[in-house]
Amino acid sequence: MAYPPTTDAILYLDGVSVSFDGFKALNALSFLIDPGELRAIIGPNGAGKTTMMDVVTGKTRPDGGTVLFEGKVDLTRQDEAAIAGLGIGRKFQKPTVFEHHSVFDNLLLALKGNRSPYRTLFARLGRDDRGRIDEILGIIRLGHVREEPAGALSHGQKQWLEIGMLLAQDPKLLLVDEPAAGMTDAETAETATLLKEIAQSHSVVVVEHDMAFVRELGCRVTVLHEGSVLAEGSLDQVSADHRVIEVYLGR
Amino acid sequence: MWLTRHIGPAGWTFLFVLAVVATAVPYANQLLPPDHPWHASSYVVGLLGKYLTFALLALSVDLIWGYCGILSLGHGAFFALGGYAMGMYLMRQIGDRGVYADPLLPDFMVFLNWQELPWYWYGFDSFLFAMLMVMLVPGLLAFLFGWFAFRSRVTGVYLSIITQAMTYALMLAFFRNDMGFGGNNGLTDFKDILGFDLQSDATRCALFVASAAALGLGFMLARAVTGSTFGKVLVAIRDAESRTRFLGYRVDHYKLAAFTLSAMMAGVAGALYVPQVGIINPGEFAPANSIEIVVWVAVGGRGTLIGAALGAVVVNYAKTVFTGTFPEYWLFFLGGLFVFVTLFMPRGILGVADDLRRRFRRPSAPSARPADQPAE
Repeated sequence: MAYPPTTDAILYLDGVSVSFDGFKALNALSFLIDPGELRAIIGPNGAGKTTMMDVVTGKTRPDGGTVLFEGKVDLTRQDEAAIAGLGIGRKFQKPTVFEHHSVFDNLLLALKGNRSPYRTLFARLGRDDRGRIDEILGIIRLGHVREEPAGALSHGQKQWLEIGMLLAQDPKLLLVDEPAAGMTDAETAETATLLKEIAQSHSVVVVEHDMAFVRELGCRVTVLHEGSVLAEGSLDQVSADHRVIEVYLGR
Repeated sequence: MWLTRHIGPAGWTFLFVLAVVATAVPYANQLLPPDHPWHASSYVVGLLGKYLTFALLALSVDLIWGYCGILSLGHGAFFALGGYAMGMYLMRQIGDRGVYADPLLPDFMVFLNWQELPWYWYGFDSFLFAMLMVMLVPGLLAFLFGWFAFRSRVTGVYLSIITQAMTYALMLAFFRNDMGFGGNNGLTDFKDILGFDLQSDATRCALFVASAAALGLGFMLARAVTGSTFGKVLVAIRDAESRTRFLGYRVDHYKLAAFTLSAMMAGVAGALYVPQVGIINPGEFAPANSIEIVVWVAVGGRGTLIGAALGAVVVNYAKTVFTGTFPEYWLFFLGGLFVFVTLFMPRGILGVADDLRRRFRRPSAPSARPADQPAE
């Protein structure tokens, strides 16, 4: 592309390709997310969902293509910390919380603020910060275990803590990888409600396998297959698409 | 106050014990008559003073290994560099009292037929300058080393290996006569420090108290660092490095800051060690020395600071006893100790003490603490 594209989208991917040892994990992937949108991304294993997140968060450099954040920042030139600083948060598929830290400290580390070593060395926890953490503990229902080490939490609680950490980070765009994995049905339903709440004030991209969960979200769906977009629309539209059926059910 | 904010009951107990030792030992040396059963000979004062500098060195390793997961197998290099900076000052203090009575050049330079003092020896006649170098030289080396290593995301066993290579390379360099640091023999035959005779008991006591003070200050500093949000980021890096990065922390900056601070602490320990043992030579850079430090920390309890200091004293006391009675078995004992501690006491002496306390307080209460990560 010779001229910088102009877009209102909060996240804009155009022709993004990534290959690992000849395997094309992403193949000219293009899609965009509007500000304030909640979007589900589905696709069979190996469709490139996680690689797409790796590219957006700076973990993987694409071989080609454009990734723009808020229509102006080229994410392919930034590292993980810089991208997080711009306002993109990520929740991993396997819950990764800081196991030796208390639930409270996990949220404290995630809390929006200055990340420089000098600041964290001399910072004192302000009343506002404490209030904000308490508020999040309420939202994710972990107030009763605030001083417990995060490693002692159940799987579902860890997932919630990680969502809480995203809330604390208060990013403009949240990338959420399989939030319902390993959860009970009740927990899954609650997680969907929580994500919909979050989506009212943030742009959220959810990667998910669980169709029931995607239905609960009730949002626009993008189907990935072999590293590019196969279909896009409401869940009913895409599940009626014969190509999607073919990919999911086999030919 | 920032320095005392996170010390806690155990930390204050540690500082109290340290203060008692720092008072009692000089008292037992200076004020009790030599035939008194509690009299501390100058040998004992020097020995205990040496242990204290090792404790500070162990503390510096625990700061990065226990809290940030950086297993440095080359920290002996920073200790030795601090020691050399002090040694250079002590050499300059000898003045014309050397064997060759050269007013300007240390004996080994006269012996090598050098005509003038190399430029990097300038300034070391000033105590203040030398003390500055004690921290700056190890700090600068750690900064440069860390800058390249952490930016390139060298971690785990690879980092350990290059720290080991670093200290080995320095050892080979310092063995060379033309480096201007006394080659094989290193720096020795020191006479006095700040005008006080190094052989006198009073000076030895003063060095002992200085070592205790440095250990106390180092401990307070380490506690302040690990208790702060900065310290929490270090632990986060240790447990989930890439997650920390996705939260927006510059992991390389944090590692670099901790590594540099740790190297400076090790340098101070080395500077206090040299006047108490009376010599510094390239042997201090030996890779085995650096590995031994890690054993002290593991024995005492990684990630506890107090444990590191305790481990240094306990293991070195064992070393003193062993090398006195069965010198040929010491290395076997040290190796066996490391294996034993890794297998049966993964959290070291302090971890065992912690478990015992828990057991007596609440029988059969499950430990809320998750299983510890194995050493990297």
